[in-house]
Amino acid sequence: MTQKTQKKGFSLEKLTQNTVFLSVISLILSLLVAGLVMMIAGYSPIEGYSAMFTGAFGSVDNIAQTLGTATPLIFAGLAMAFAARGGMFNIGIEGQIIAGAMPAALVGAYCSGLPWFIHVPLCFVAGMIGGGLWAMLAGFLKNKLRVSEVILTIMLNYVMQYLAEYLANYQFKAEGMLVRTETILPSAELPTLIPYSRLTTGIFVALAFAVFVWWFLSRTTPGYQMRAIAQNPYAAEAGGINIARMNLLTMFLSGALAGMGGAVEVMGVHHYFIVNMTSGYGFDGVAIAVMGNNTPLGTVISALIFGALRAGSTSMNRMTSIPGEFIQVLQALVIIFVSTPGIVRALLRRRSFKKNDQKKGA
Amino acid sequence: MGDVLSIATSLIAGSIRVSIPIAFAALGGTLSERSGIINMGLEGTMLMGAFFGVVGSYYSQNVWIGLLVAMLAGALVGLLHGVLTIKFKCEHVLAGVGINVLASGLTVVLLQMIFNAKGKSCEVPSFSMITIPGINQIPVLKDIIGQVSPMLILLVISIVGVWFLLYRTVFGLRARVIGENPEAAGSMGINVYRTQYICVILCGILAAMGGAYMSIGDIHLFSRDMVAGRGFIAMAVVIFGGWHPVGAYLGSLLFGLAQSMQYRLQSGSIPPQLVQMLPYVMTLVVLVFARGSKHRAPAAEGRHYYAKGEQ
Amino acid sequence: MYAVEMHGITKQFKNVLANSNVELMVKRGEIHSLLGENGAGKSTLMNILYGMYAPTSGQIIVQGQPVVIENPLKAISLGIAMVHQHFMLIEPLTVAENVVLGYEPKKRGCFDMKKAVEEVNTLADQYGLHVDAHEKVENLSVGTKQRVEILKALYRKADILILDEPTAVLTPQEVSDLFRVLRKLKESGKTIIIITHKLKETLELADTVTVLRKGQVISSLPVTKEMDQAQLAELMVGRIVSLETEKKPVPGEHEVVMALQNATLTRDKRNLLDDVNLEIRSGEILGIAGVEGNGQTELIDVLTGLQRLTGGHVVLGGKQLPAHRITPRFMLEAHVGHIPEDRGKRGFVPGFTIAENIVLGYHRNKPFAKHGIINRKARDEFANRVAKQYDVRMDSINDTVGSLSGGNQQKVIIGRVFAQDPRVIIAAQPTRGVDIGAIEYIHSELVKMRDAGKAVLLISADLDELMRLSDKIAVLYDGRIVDRRDASEYDERTLGALMTGHTPESMEKEVKQA
Repeated sequence: MTQKTQKKGFSLEKLTQNTVFLSVISLILSLLVAGLVMMIAGYSPIEGYSAMFTGAFGSVDNIAQTLGTATPLIFAGLAMAFAARGGMFNIGIEGQIIAGAMPAALVGAYCSGLPWFIHVPLCFVAGMIGGGLWAMLAGFLKNKLRVSEVILTIMLNYVMQYLAEYLANYQFKAEGMLVRTETILPSAELPTLIPYSRLTTGIFVALAFAVFVWWFLSRTTPGYQMRAIAQNPYAAEAGGINIARMNLLTMFLSGALAGMGGAVEVMGVHHYFIVNMTSGYGFDGVAIAVMGNNTPLGTVISALIFGALRAGSTSMNRMTSIPGEFIQVLQALVIIFVSTPGIVRALLRRRSFKKNDQKKGA
Repeated sequence: MGDVLSIATSLIAGSIRVSIPIAFAALGGTLSERSGIINMGLEGTMLMGAFFGVVGSYYSQNVWIGLLVAMLAGALVGLLHGVLTIKFKCEHVLAGVGINVLASGLTVVLLQMIFNAKGKSCEVPSFSMITIPGINQIPVLKDIIGQVSPMLILLVISIVGVWFLLYRTVFGLRARVIGENPEAAGSMGINVYRTQYICVILCGILAAMGGAYMSIGDIHLFSRDMVAGRGFIAMAVVIFGGWHPVGAYLGSLLFGLAQSMQYRLQSGSIPPQLVQMLPYVMTLVVLVFARGSKHRAPAAEGRHYYAKGEQ
Repeated sequence: MYAVEMHGITKQFKNVLANSNVELMVKRGEIHSLLGENGAGKSTLMNILYGMYAPTSGQIIVQGQPVVIENPLKAISLGIAMVHQHFMLIEPLTVAENVVLGYEPKKRGCFDMKKAVEEVNTLADQYGLHVDAHEKVENLSVGTKQRVEILKALYRKADILILDEPTAVLTPQEVSDLFRVLRKLKESGKTIIIITHKLKETLELADTVTVLRKGQVISSLPVTKEMDQAQLAELMVGRIVSLETEKKPVPGEHEVVMALQNATLTRDKRNLLDDVNLEIRSGEILGIAGVEGNGQTELIDVLTGLQRLTGGHVVLGGKQLPAHRITPRFMLEAHVGHIPEDRGKRGFVPGFTIAENIVLGYHRNKPFAKHGIINRKARDEFANRVAKQYDVRMDSINDTVGSLSGGNQQKVIIGRVFAQDPRVIIAAQPTRGVDIGAIEYIHSELVKMRDAGKAVLLISADLDELMRLSDKIAVLYDGRIVDRRDASEYDERTLGALMTGHTPESMEKEVKQA
């Protein structure tokens, strides 16, 4: 083989390969650019960001709100990350969350006479199956049609959205003005940890699932097989792995994670299914997973950051005249910067070249 | 009998009208994918086109200026997509998702800033239908395309233009080559990046025109998230149309038909939500039949090309 | 004088020194062979000449003028053209479109297809390259595709042609054709540089040979009649190389372990396999000779469960296997070992560690996993043992396989297959892209397996390898077995003829007519 040269010591080069570093820099860049946009729009980024920060971390209640907001995001991020590790692009998280929230809400409302330690897991299972099956449908169609699951899952998002709206409006409508289902029974509720906040025991469930995802991917045979398919489906096939079946499993589990997110939201926060309760969690999940480099730990941390951003943005909306939709701009920037590490690398290289030129006296 | 005829003509007329935005976007998507760049951001580009068309028309009080502004916005979005995927090797799908979210948020923020509104803008000067001389005399035809929007004419010109570009010019030949095997093109000294940029920018312009039709060509204002998934349907149409400009238009017409039927049914007794599902379910059904299509995707689409020395 | 001079060329990649102070002098109008193992730096050097890379340092002089070659466009303007090993052709387009790409004739701004066809035909006749300008490239044979690549170079008025491993995928007859074309080009004044690792062809064709090893020039010599393969091999590798493999016939019964009966595989109305009957016997190596694309891949796929027969049977251990049960997993568990023809594609997962790759295919079973949970200790122990046993040069079993050299990657796969004590081994192109040292090793391991009573099916495009290792040889042409004999009854000429569908007699006639 041709000679290999040694790489000595610390180098900016090496750092630019480190994904955690890149994610952090991307986040910072996104905040800067969004701040710039705010300035151009005539708002004060300092005012905006400080309102956001207080909104997210300013008090125990606010922190609770942040964590509570992050709970469904952890599930959404895990769903996307899990699918990605298995080689699938699951952009149907939004629909799968709904597909999990609705059954959980129904099981929670109509199965009476059960003690909580049976009712709660039952609702969880209903959520997981709902989300799982909906995602598996996309996987099944992908196997049969050989079409990118991206389009399939997006279409199914819309279908589920309207389907749930229909069900909440007709078959399962609760009395009253709101388009929602019946309130769930107390035995299906997830207790709130801090009064009047979104923070419930759901956060522990979310963290537990993050650990489960890590264990599944690295320590089990199906996890091994998924990862093999993601990196080289041909070798996986030659290695006796049934790709079609694994894809279905991957999508099912991914959807189940999303469905759990929906179930936890219903059982902890709303106590019924209401239309539009999941606004934008799906694309958040994409951003979170990408920022977390598709790892469980990275996903949790990113979800917490996004939870802070979301909680902070409602406060920013209240306290300042800045529209809450700025968070979407920020989100978009995060997606763009994190999934394009080339930008950050290029910027860093330019800085290091300048330094080198100065050293050489150029 | 006359009743059936009038329903049929109104469906076809509706289909032609309603398919315009999807057709523009699908046309752009076809061009982009042929050169190897998957454009998931059609939805966001359309939205930007819809918004900036209104903005341009608002400030200039002239709908044609509005259209120009929309096209400029589309070109910029296309350029952004190009820079991300071509220069910085971003995953095409993720770049598109980013653009969609960006458009969604940005348009609402700007809506607030410019029109001081949360949901929709005020009405602005828009395209009015023009009468095609001659056709107006023919009995059935006059109900279908006797009166058309100027943008339909632009659409037809665009379809012919894209077809000619792809299949009759050297540029188009090279673009198609790049979509199949960029390394081969590059080793022949062809500037791969430049061709891809041009295709992606043209795609942005076309998609923005589709969005602009929805606002300044149809309802005369901008309403938040008004594109409602048409950009994604356009992507499915690109596949269904076999990555061919004429195929893309025929596919769009099919959707136009579905959507026309949806409007009719909505006034009926079927619950509105089930009817609203129709276009999306149709996309899924259509993709089942697209599977048999003998046109296959450009072999290198979605792939990143590294020019000499890079990587 | 000299068409190309490269002085002091060094090329440093991120952590690989691909070329180190290379000196290359190519005379005008000569055929110059650039010889070396995989990874010696030959392709890098020529990519620098063709403008694909910039040298870290050094000077290039073309036709007496010092030049800087920034990109292929510049190289082409200097009269340098490259015919790549992996063809850079656009499959769905026609020959004419492919040849003129980049210099398309125009008529009123549009592409003039008619003129393109005309120009291609003229050029083809001029140099004796037979092609159909209207044919779509995807329908052409490999040899014809190569001719299209050469036409591309000539269309761009190249005086200096670089060919990268041109004979890697050709039959002996196509190789002769190619040599004929190259000699004709040389007669018309062209300069030709051939990148190759094939000793025989260097001796047959080249005027001068430059040997590269580990990025450095070892020697540059005129090719003489006295020069022999062993001499060149020694220069390439740096030590004495044995070009023969010891092989003695295995005593005892050779029972049929695996067989194909009337096997047929039809797709899109074409018979990719047509009534194939084969017997793979214990203690024997059955070699399959054939040009790539004549059914080898399908043969491998049906024996390893990757594809299903549309007619006929796969027989294993005396029993006909029911078609619907045949999957890769079934075959693996039935002790059919598979060394894939394209290890990058079918052989390993590049991001997985060596340990993870060594159990691929067997990962479900004890001791590596139980009830779906991986036993990492058992797996790592196994991996360490096997990697050591099969001489895999690595830092640790937790390195990714993607970071290994081709030869070591192949050893991982061989270790994986052999350590599972298979009954049958399907070995496809087992030494493709592997350096000579590893080739020797892999050959001896294959023979060891055969001596131990395993049944081995060897599919190889390398006729030398095939003839050296096989006990029996069957020739696959157009999906059919057209001939089968003991290996000792074949010679290269005959095999070459049969591989292209001729009988040896008809081949003689054609050669006389040419």
